[in-house]
Amino acid sequence: MTFINYASREINCKIVYYGPGLCGKTTNLQHIFDSTAPQAKGKLISLATETDRTLFFDFMPLELGTVRGFKTRFHLYTVPGQVFYDASRKLILKGVDGVVFVADSQEERMDANIESLYNLEENLRAQGYDLIKLPYVLQLNKRDLPNIIPVEELKAELSRKGEPVVEAVASSGAGVFDTLKAVAKQVLTELRRS
Amino acid sequence: MADAPILLREQQYYEIKAVLARLRLDSSARLVFLIDKDGQQIAVQGDVGNLDTTSLASLAAGNVAATGGIAELLGEKEFPTLSHEGERESIHISVIGRLLLVVVFDERSSLGLVKLRSKQIARQLADLFEEVTRGDYDDLESTFSQITDEDIDSLFS
Repeated sequence: MTFINYASREINCKIVYYGPGLCGKTTNLQHIFDSTAPQAKGKLISLATETDRTLFFDFMPLELGTVRGFKTRFHLYTVPGQVFYDASRKLILKGVDGVVFVADSQEERMDANIESLYNLEENLRAQGYDLIKLPYVLQLNKRDLPNIIPVEELKAELSRKGEPVVEAVASSGAGVFDTLKAVAKQVLTELRRS
Repeated sequence: MADAPILLREQQYYEIKAVLARLRLDSSARLVFLIDKDGQQIAVQGDVGNLDTTSLASLAAGNVAATGGIAELLGEKEFPTLSHEGERESIHISVIGRLLLVVVFDERSSLGLVKLRSKQIARQLADLFEEVTRGDYDDLESTFSQITDEDIDSLFS
């Protein structure tokens, strides 16, 4: 949940990148980390296996600037995508303020996308959240690959509520900041409403 | 929607800091942190130096969450304390409701002393934080209802 500290004049929010295994969640964070000025970011922590698959989570704090005299800090997390790490995914969703679902656009990963999105909705419900009411962005990643499903088809299958949909190639950085901006904007708008 | 925001006011922040300062002194610890279970740092007291306190808060919360998951599998509600002892630096974490009290200490202290002192102030911290979560949202309304789309866009310019 958003944590506002009046003494240090800081707003802290938690954003979670969700999606099937190897869809590019960590790559999103890595690109944000590589493209951000050192003073605006903390360390990128990766709790990964020896083969660089996310084991528990990746984490990086990012300071975006000041709103109404408050520093806005976003804590970016990824979940492990592999199906059998579900217990970890549930834990990471606790206290979430906004979710990015990173879909893999390749034809052969469509089932994995659907399963992961269903899993997200279920795990959110288990924590008392409703995806429909949560700041949320759908990112269609890997748009540079040859065997991809058309955008409209992916949207028809994966879009849940008219959320912002961003096409991306996380490995080159395309769409990565647009995605972050779209979710951060919704989180701050939610704060304004609350 | 997401949970309601937590507002920590200046006076509450300094009250919490004072309690942590006392604990640090009484337990001869190097550092004392208060974080919430989601990994948000609430206050820190002590010699931070170059330590990345944001990452430490996030990892400590992850650690507690993971062991909490294990506890649940074993039929326990939770493991209320966690300790890790290193060659030079050690860490003790107490779960106090939705708060985590983290004490980093070295050979100038001992696990027994840190455990004892942490236990002694747990109630006080829980009471202080209950006040925080009971707080009204009038300030929030006046400060953040004025956020404009331009304010938000400017963060990404």
